[in-house]
Amino acid sequence: MTNACLTFRDLTLGYNSHPAIHHLNGIVRKGSLTAVVGANGSGKSTLMKGIVGVLKPMEGAVVRMPGVRTAYLPQQSELDRSFPARVVDLVSLGLWPKRGMLGRYTREDRESVSKALMAVGLGGFEKRPIDTLSGGQLQRTLFARVLLQDADLILLDEPFNAVDAKTVGDLIQLIKRWHGEERTIMVVVHDLDLVRQNFPETLLLARQPVAWGDTKETLRPENLLKARRFHEAWEENAPWCEPEDHDHSHDHAHHDHAHDHHHDHQHGSGPRAA
Amino acid sequence: MDFVYGLFIAPFADFAFMQRALFGSLMLSLGACPVGVFLMLRRMSLSGDAMAHAILPGAAAGFLLYGLEILPMTVGGLIAGIIVALGAGAVSRFTIQREDASMAAFYLISLAVGVLMVSIRGSSVDLMHVLFGTVLALNNEALILIGGIVAVTLACLAIFWRALVAECLDPLFLRSVSRMGSPVHFIFLGLVVLNLVGGFQALGTLLSVGLMMLPAAAARFWTVRVEPMCGLAVLIGFASCIAGLLLSYHASLPSGPAIILSSGVVYFCSILFGTRGVLRARIVHHRHRTA
Repeated sequence: MTNACLTFRDLTLGYNSHPAIHHLNGIVRKGSLTAVVGANGSGKSTLMKGIVGVLKPMEGAVVRMPGVRTAYLPQQSELDRSFPARVVDLVSLGLWPKRGMLGRYTREDRESVSKALMAVGLGGFEKRPIDTLSGGQLQRTLFARVLLQDADLILLDEPFNAVDAKTVGDLIQLIKRWHGEERTIMVVVHDLDLVRQNFPETLLLARQPVAWGDTKETLRPENLLKARRFHEAWEENAPWCEPEDHDHSHDHAHHDHAHDHHHDHQHGSGPRAA
Repeated sequence: MDFVYGLFIAPFADFAFMQRALFGSLMLSLGACPVGVFLMLRRMSLSGDAMAHAILPGAAAGFLLYGLEILPMTVGGLIAGIIVALGAGAVSRFTIQREDASMAAFYLISLAVGVLMVSIRGSSVDLMHVLFGTVLALNNEALILIGGIVAVTLACLAIFWRALVAECLDPLFLRSVSRMGSPVHFIFLGLVVLNLVGGFQALGTLLSVGLMMLPAAAARFWTVRVEPMCGLAVLIGFASCIAGLLLSYHASLPSGPAIILSSGVVYFCSILFGTRGVLRARIVHHRHRTA
């Protein structure tokens, strides 16, 4: 367990007392590269928000390895594109963990900003106002910011949206480079082929983890079928989840709220053996 | 030459009250204009207006208890403004309601309380004074107060600049790397209240927001970066104060509206002639580059 970057302990996250992530247990190994896969509304983005701490758990906890620096690329950025800023201003925000609120940016900092932009194929874009960028260019700019954050734990929520095929390739190379540098990476992806080709591990979510582990194992047809049967809508009058309902023995019936029990009752399954 | 001197210099050189008015209003511009820029960039321009109304009951309470004294009225206004800013800010941060609605609710309640309090004892002349102020009667107390407010404002802006820009540009990112998001929002609201209160002795509760917003709105038409925008807004504020005071002196107009109208003129000119203004956009768009 010493090399667990993230530990989920009976984690329940959600909105208005409806769970979007329901009693998740398990660990994310340090230096692992995990794809997070699942249908719309299966709790992928919610999990990311829970890990970053933007969303407080309804129950349980996410334990981060002490001293771990996190970078987060949200799916729906709250970025204000009409704000008068240049690309370099936006990317420089990534220096926050290093320089904080008051530290001056040094010459090396400015060089590292340029290098980060170069790495995402946007060399020379420094002075461009952000409202002149295309959607894909903006996404790459945000990748450059993640690059600059120099984080140990990198969370990317659907980073390949609105990005052309060539750029996806470039960004995958970047992710692999991070993987080689022993950083822990979790990426929400929809393209299963992309996952099979590039991600060693996969977490398949449908409010609960349907399967979690080696990508080839996780993405087996029966698991995908299980995930697809997942019922997206909340049930307004779903019964309350009682404490004894989620102890890990699972030897008693859950039939009273069957809508969220398509999972295989393997909390904490996967290759966690550490 | 004498004509020019008489027109531009003599009013300030000859009369102490004009010097005080000039000094006070220039200081106000120095603090209020950059705050206005951020208010505008956060799409809270009308919140500034709402806050200006919200100050009224505090100022009225000070007025009821101590008469027409600068300090009690200022402190009262500050307290009322902070209650409304914190209340509206908290409702929008911690409930589903957006800031525009919560701000409207809080300031309307506050305004009603204020009008009620003024009408209990004051005559309508007093109300006019609270609402419209008079820059030509700034005493030493008022100038010291304004000076203090400007110093606090500039210090806060310098310290929290990066956090403030990050909070405007990408609030979710700021939350993911730091806990400064909420504090910096409230500090900023505090600065808004502080500058409105500083302005109300000179310009009145209703017009003090004008010196905050109009230069900022005008500066938006000239530049695409925040730092020059703040600088330009301050310069526009300076120019408006000088022009407004001269106008008020020569044409015997009330000084507050004259200052705000001067910046209104700059605003309209900026819409038309600014580098990002209407005319420029028309002309340049007839031609384009190859890449």
